[in-house]
Amino acid sequence: MIIFIVRRLGIMALTMVVVSVTLFLLLEFTPGNVATKVLGPYSSEEQRTLWLEAHGYFEPLWVRYFSWLGNFVTGDFGESVRFKVPVAEVLWPRLWNTVVLGFWVFAVMIPLSLLLGVLAGMREGSALDRSISITSIITTSIPEFASAVFLAAIFVFWLGLLPGTSTMTGGFDWWQLVLPVMVLVIYDFGYVARMTRASMAEVMTTPYIRTAILKGLPYRHVIMRHALRNALIAPFTVIMLQINWLLSGVIVVEFFFAYKGFGALLLEASLNQDIYLIEACAMVAVFVAAATQTLADVGYTYLNPRIRFS
Amino acid sequence: MTASTETPLLEIEGLCISYFTRAGEIPAVIDFSLTLQGGESVGLVGESGCGKSTVAMAIMQYMGRNGAISAGSIRFKGRELSALGRNELRQLRGAEVAMIYQEPMAALNPSLTIGAQLTEVPIVHEGISRSAAKTRALEMLSSVRLPDPERLLAAYPHQISGGQQQRAVIAMALLGKPSLLLLDEPTTALDVTVEASIVKLIADISREFGTALLYISHNMGLILETCERVCVMYSGEAVEIGDIEDVFRHPSHPYTQGLFGCIPLPSCDKNARPLVPIRGQLPLPHERPQGCFFGPRCDSFREGLCDQDLIPMAASERTRHLVRCVRWRDLPSERRVGKARPKTPAQIGEEVLRAEGLQKYYPVHDRSLSALIRGQAVRYVKANEALSLRAQASETVAIVGESGCGKSTFAKVLMGLETATGGELVFAGDDISSRPVKKRSQKQLGSLQIVFQNPNDTLNPSHTVGAQIGRVIRKFGVERKPGKVRDRVYDLLDTVKLPRDFYKRRPRQLSGGQKQRIGIARAFAGNPKMVVADEPISALDVSVAAAVTELLMDIQQDHGTTLLFISHDLSVVHYLADRVVVMYLGRVMERGTTAEVFAPPYHPYTEALLSAVPIADPDIQKREIVLEGIVPSALNPPKGCCFATRCPRKIGPICDEEPPPFREAAPKHVISCHIPLGEDKRFPTPC
Amino acid sequence: MTDLVDALDTRGMVSSAVRAVSFFKLLRESWVGMIGTGIIGFWVVIALLAPLIAPFDPNTPLQPFAKPLTEYVNGDGIFWLGTDHLGRDILSRVIWGSRTVLFYAPLATASAYFVGILMGLAAGYYRGRVDEFLSFLANVILSFPVLVLYILVITTIGSSGINIVIAITFASAPGIMRIVRGLVLDLRNRDYVAAAQTRGESSWYIMLVEILPNARGPLIVDTCLRLGYVVITIGVLGFLGLGLPPPAPDWGGMINEARSIALAFPHMTVIPCIAISSLVLGFNLLADGLREISLRD
Repeated sequence: MIIFIVRRLGIMALTMVVVSVTLFLLLEFTPGNVATKVLGPYSSEEQRTLWLEAHGYFEPLWVRYFSWLGNFVTGDFGESVRFKVPVAEVLWPRLWNTVVLGFWVFAVMIPLSLLLGVLAGMREGSALDRSISITSIITTSIPEFASAVFLAAIFVFWLGLLPGTSTMTGGFDWWQLVLPVMVLVIYDFGYVARMTRASMAEVMTTPYIRTAILKGLPYRHVIMRHALRNALIAPFTVIMLQINWLLSGVIVVEFFFAYKGFGALLLEASLNQDIYLIEACAMVAVFVAAATQTLADVGYTYLNPRIRFS
Repeated sequence: MTASTETPLLEIEGLCISYFTRAGEIPAVIDFSLTLQGGESVGLVGESGCGKSTVAMAIMQYMGRNGAISAGSIRFKGRELSALGRNELRQLRGAEVAMIYQEPMAALNPSLTIGAQLTEVPIVHEGISRSAAKTRALEMLSSVRLPDPERLLAAYPHQISGGQQQRAVIAMALLGKPSLLLLDEPTTALDVTVEASIVKLIADISREFGTALLYISHNMGLILETCERVCVMYSGEAVEIGDIEDVFRHPSHPYTQGLFGCIPLPSCDKNARPLVPIRGQLPLPHERPQGCFFGPRCDSFREGLCDQDLIPMAASERTRHLVRCVRWRDLPSERRVGKARPKTPAQIGEEVLRAEGLQKYYPVHDRSLSALIRGQAVRYVKANEALSLRAQASETVAIVGESGCGKSTFAKVLMGLETATGGELVFAGDDISSRPVKKRSQKQLGSLQIVFQNPNDTLNPSHTVGAQIGRVIRKFGVERKPGKVRDRVYDLLDTVKLPRDFYKRRPRQLSGGQKQRIGIARAFAGNPKMVVADEPISALDVSVAAAVTELLMDIQQDHGTTLLFISHDLSVVHYLADRVVVMYLGRVMERGTTAEVFAPPYHPYTEALLSAVPIADPDIQKREIVLEGIVPSALNPPKGCCFATRCPRKIGPICDEEPPPFREAAPKHVISCHIPLGEDKRFPTPC
Repeated sequence: MTDLVDALDTRGMVSSAVRAVSFFKLLRESWVGMIGTGIIGFWVVIALLAPLIAPFDPNTPLQPFAKPLTEYVNGDGIFWLGTDHLGRDILSRVIWGSRTVLFYAPLATASAYFVGILMGLAAGYYRGRVDEFLSFLANVILSFPVLVLYILVITTIGSSGINIVIAITFASAPGIMRIVRGLVLDLRNRDYVAAAQTRGESSWYIMLVEILPNARGPLIVDTCLRLGYVVITIGVLGFLGLGLPPPAPDWGGMINEARSIALAFPHMTVIPCIAISSLVLGFNLLADGLREISLRD
């Protein structure tokens, strides 16, 4: 088990290195480009050369990579061109805002989707199962931007109940969080619910559930003790991987509702060619995704005694 | 403890069970009646799809969403089961009636310990405390003869062997103190020596606890060893019910008679008294004929008599012997015996294959911390060790052994799917031991072909039969022109006795036996010198298996091919092999002609195997040798004789410490054992 | 390369394998699948007939900020679904927009499948080093949140139709590879594969003729799901301003352009959203229907 975790962490570290090399080559291969992006298209040739000189861009590529990586690991991400402040100063508060958003999405989505998935999978083919399945197909068919549009039209334009933007300019406001959370939950819960349903339905047809029933155990006991434990292993992985999906979703939602989060920041940086900010955001995003992937793998192994003890 | 004789324990009357599918109602069981007294053991025997498991599930009132009892009644201790409420049913299941399943691994919950699964039975049914339940579970584990019950309680199912799992399931069933035990093919997934020990345990238990047994099996021999009465089923109907002695000595229904004709008993002989397959195949449930369901396959079929109404069970003058046949009084009540094969057996020719000291090791990478520290990160599974054998033209050589003995590994090395680690393997004059299939010439490939075990896996479901055989013909350069290729495919279909319009069929339109025939046709398409048959009939029903066995031997005789027959089934091997190699844990234990291996002096392992094989003949007295313990891991085989850990005839520490010598009991009859040949204790021939 | 030629020389076996699967016959038994097929069929017909049924030119500014059902002041016709801020007819833009999405979505999916299947076959069949390398590569790409990947790729190579196809191929092929690899790892142990090996068939023949046709069931279901997802992706890229350059009628782009005034004129964004969602729903329902059928038999 320890070896397994070490191996997984090693793979994760390797992934991060490969990603960093790729990003670095993609964005900083030609120093001239970097200078243009940082100093703007109207800077003179002389200014650019001076800037490149000052920032060590005439060193060989690999030296530059390692010094970049060194700075990165120590938390020095460079200065944002757009915000004219160190990247870290914009990045961390924005990331925190996204963590708040993500927390509430998960807090609503996980209980909802697990409950619906288990209920549907318990009696495969029943009316309840069919309606839960169809509902989740429909909700997963509506992309985030579309449900944002629909919900805004209903709750903001028509009913006038909720604010249409979530800029939080006047401090933190619960009401401004409702629509973003709703949009993300609607798109994501269906997928997790369907996975849970499939897993539960599969478990319900296994011979060991038949054994449990024919042992004369009460139905509740069969479900709670024999079925759930096995059926919830797969959704655990799915939920962990859902964090990766959520990072995509927040970009759309934050952009739509003008929520000052990490996703909107990443998009803004990309559209404005804010090179150091892009690098920092992308590395943070990949780190979160890779870390949850690793956690999902380790957790799956831990939850499954057949793997744990082999 | 036994119930009074007035009210039978279980009374099934006129039971009809149907499954409701999109295609409509499909009757699975029709007019089934059976009575069981307390403590009695009854066998339910039949081929797959005959409805025997459905009966058991109906007794449990567990038929899935789309199954239902459409007529008849099941009474348990006088109570009508279908009238029971949910709670009463729950109290019955597990406490009054318990069940034991075919796949013990699947029947146990993988994420709960054995202890948790055992103790919940008395906790739920009797409401006793957790610690009291644990004591009971420990007692029960000892009474199913599991060593070290404390450790077992804490183990997860995948951590113990198949035989131990089945014992745990049996313990779980007995914990509710049931008066009826339903056993659904409880040993089918197990090796023959493990099967023998489980069967013995079941027999002991029913005596000890006074539990009645309903033993479901496809194996007549097992029923003979475990039951007092037997019910034979065919296509949803019981066709014959009676005491074991009556049914086995005087089978009266043509299907029962046919079934006995398909079993390779020791009295059979491939030339003088061959098997008699039942022609045709089991009708699909919605294609059952009018009148007698067995009619189209029956030699005694009479038009106008057998194809009219449903046929009722008729009682004979013998007590409690019922037969569902209108003509049974006109027919002799005896087993069918085959007529001698018309052709004389082919002459054994020159040597085709020689293996000398063949080794195959698989590296296993152990990534645990302790292994890394001890420097044992790579260990080897010795799948084949010092394997030597010979095969000559037109000869049938059988390799026999239980799962994990390395017989399939040998087939892979032979076919070039793996390469040997060491030793020699000479086929038709060339050493092919380290030549993978890609480096073999077209001639070598064509002259060495294989028939696989699983009929559902042997043919590619995406392509037609004709295309698959045609590809082989072109590939081996037998024919090139499309027309000629097609003719050759037709010839091959004729050879395996299948109609020519199978050319355009796809595998899913064929039955298991038909697929296996196509597999045989494919193997013989390139006119091979030698065909490896890797358990070709073990996935088939008895009657189909007999037909495929006979077909394989006919084609082999016609072509003068060498057949390397790999099997776990000693009866079949005894029936068709000329020479036998017995393997255990990658090593040869004994080899010689069939007559020599199946007669003393034995290797102790051969002896145990022979005694473990269930034989469907009440005249044969077997000696009981039950092997205890589990097969050691091939990663870490015993230092001396690899069979020493389970050997009932171990003579001393020498067995554990030194590898046994190869002793020649007769020219070419080799036994690998420390016991000197003269001292072999003999016993009456079991086979 | 001769391996591949030999593999392709299959004398009728491929045609019989890839022969149109009678899905539509089976589909009749699943109403979910039928509805999905109906929705997709509706949009395909709309896309094909776009020049005939669109009431106005999709790119001509006519009458800004018209609400639905407004009559055209300077000419004939009614703006059934209103106009946008530049005065272009929304109905016509939605109709022409279906062409864009129904052209690029299948193209991108097919391209992703081509790459993903080849990678998956190689990884699953050869295993060992090949598998380790390809799987690691796939893991690296999959460890990017997918939209981050799109944004990075598109902002680097610029936004155009063909670049969207490239980005989607790049981001989806690893996922397809994983599925194919899993199927191949299972199928390669079948006896018919061993039979092909023992008669000396080449690796590519075995992968393409013996293994791939038997993986088609799960892959067809996955294709439908992925088509739906690619439609969403194209919409998201348009919505974020990374889609087709204006003025091409693109559903996602329509939402993006009207976003700032959406709260005052919801019809400008709601209508393209309905279009996208319905098409995605069509693919998802079809996938569900197909999956249900494949489980039955």
